[in-house]
Amino acid sequence: MMATQDVIARSATTTERPSIREIGEVAKLIDTSKCIGCKACQVACSEWNDLRDEVGTSAGTYDNPIDLTAQSWTVMKFAEYENPGSGNLEWLIRKDGCMHCADPGCLKACPSPGAIVKYANGIVDFNQDHCIGCGYCITGCPFDIPRISEKDKKAYKCTLCSDRVSVGLEPACVKTCPTGAIVFGSKADMKEHAAGRIADLKERGFDQAGLYDPDGVGGTHVMYVLHHADQPSLYSALPDEPTISPLVSLWKGVTKPLALLGMGAAVLAGFFHYTRVGPVRVEEEQENAELSEPVVHQVDPSVHVVDPKEPRP
Amino acid sequence: MNNNDIERYNPSQRTNHWAVAILFVLAALSGLALFHPALFGLSGLFGGGTWTRILHPFIGVAMFVFFLVLAIRFAGHNRIGASDRQWLRQINDVVHNREDKLPEVGRYNAGQKVLFWVLILCMLVLLFSGIVIWREYFSGYFGIVSLRWASLLHAAAAFVLILSIIVHIYAAIWLKGSMGSMLYGTVSRAWARKHHPAWYREINERK
Repeated sequence: MMATQDVIARSATTTERPSIREIGEVAKLIDTSKCIGCKACQVACSEWNDLRDEVGTSAGTYDNPIDLTAQSWTVMKFAEYENPGSGNLEWLIRKDGCMHCADPGCLKACPSPGAIVKYANGIVDFNQDHCIGCGYCITGCPFDIPRISEKDKKAYKCTLCSDRVSVGLEPACVKTCPTGAIVFGSKADMKEHAAGRIADLKERGFDQAGLYDPDGVGGTHVMYVLHHADQPSLYSALPDEPTISPLVSLWKGVTKPLALLGMGAAVLAGFFHYTRVGPVRVEEEQENAELSEPVVHQVDPSVHVVDPKEPRP
Repeated sequence: MNNNDIERYNPSQRTNHWAVAILFVLAALSGLALFHPALFGLSGLFGGGTWTRILHPFIGVAMFVFFLVLAIRFAGHNRIGASDRQWLRQINDVVHNREDKLPEVGRYNAGQKVLFWVLILCMLVLLFSGIVIWREYFSGYFGIVSLRWASLLHAAAAFVLILSIIVHIYAAIWLKGSMGSMLYGTVSRAWARKHHPAWYREINERK
């Protein structure tokens, strides 16, 4: 856990966050062209974070588990791509996991104050102690990352090893990667490192090689070097142009304070209408007229009106 | 209350109405807690955020079930006719209490009828969108686009429902003599003749 001064964004919080401390942004760079799909990163993640996913079943591909779960925060995704230009079969392997967006959709959607935070260094972290298990983070995420645990109904995802990073260590997956496909450092350094890799790839015939750091979510703190940066979706449905969905922005944006204002205004309108137009009462005469309607119409002939002052006959 | 009063709602209708009303208040408070950060404190009424998340959908389903019974009971009285449309066109006379200028009203006025149908629409949208975003049991069966639409529609329908109920409650406070019909079941003859003359006549003819 990082210091509270470092929490620069916090879910379901409308006031300003601490912003006096200046910390450089970090980033993890995943070079898909260097990845051999060994899954050491998956194992390291599971080890460091003490996660033991259920042993699943093979779906006929190398993907194992087949998708992210509450206990598998990173998963290698294997895609076979027949390049129409070269005729080569390319094995595009991508380490899937949280992208740590600068503008996180999960944080925007979360209704529980402080359940999702963004640190000054760019790491987006879930605080399970505040998580209420509604799953709105899943609805908000442009990358389909968070998962609700079947066990405790809390949301989980990659923390970018915020615990390690806060004491100056690199994330566990970075530490273990045998080919150096995953590197970690300041975001500026990672971009520079990527530029070198991209230049190298271009020299080797990958004209469209490039960096995946999508602007639609303000950039990410997990970036990819892709051989086909023009077609990110080749890499097991990596979104081409990820953004927070307009539906989510509408749901969680300016409509909310406006709706609150609308409800408050309706109550106030009622109050002022009452004080101006006044209540509608049924006129008392009307009420009395109804009451004075005789219930008994005929007086019994045996009833005589007697005035005691009158002399009796 | 006196012996001349007219019964407008029988005890079982009143119970049904108040069951919906109580469940609505609980659903609204728990829903508003998740609607805007400023209202998250309301979750304390339900035992915290997680309990609010757990309880809200069950409260909502219970509200829908009781509302459905109420709606079936009252649907027949809420058919909108030509004079209702005229009444709505004269909404300005309504809010300024120029009741004598308005077309004759039966058991329900056009405002009440519109409210009735708006409530039905809101309740249906809330039920179906609510099922989609009920993470614990159902969300897994739906795609991300459905989830996003459902989240948006759920909030929008809740907003319309809450606004409608604010109007409904205010109307009951504004028109003196109305509240009694739902509390003890009766209205005075003068009240019926003033606000619902066609209904009043119908009742007298039935005798």
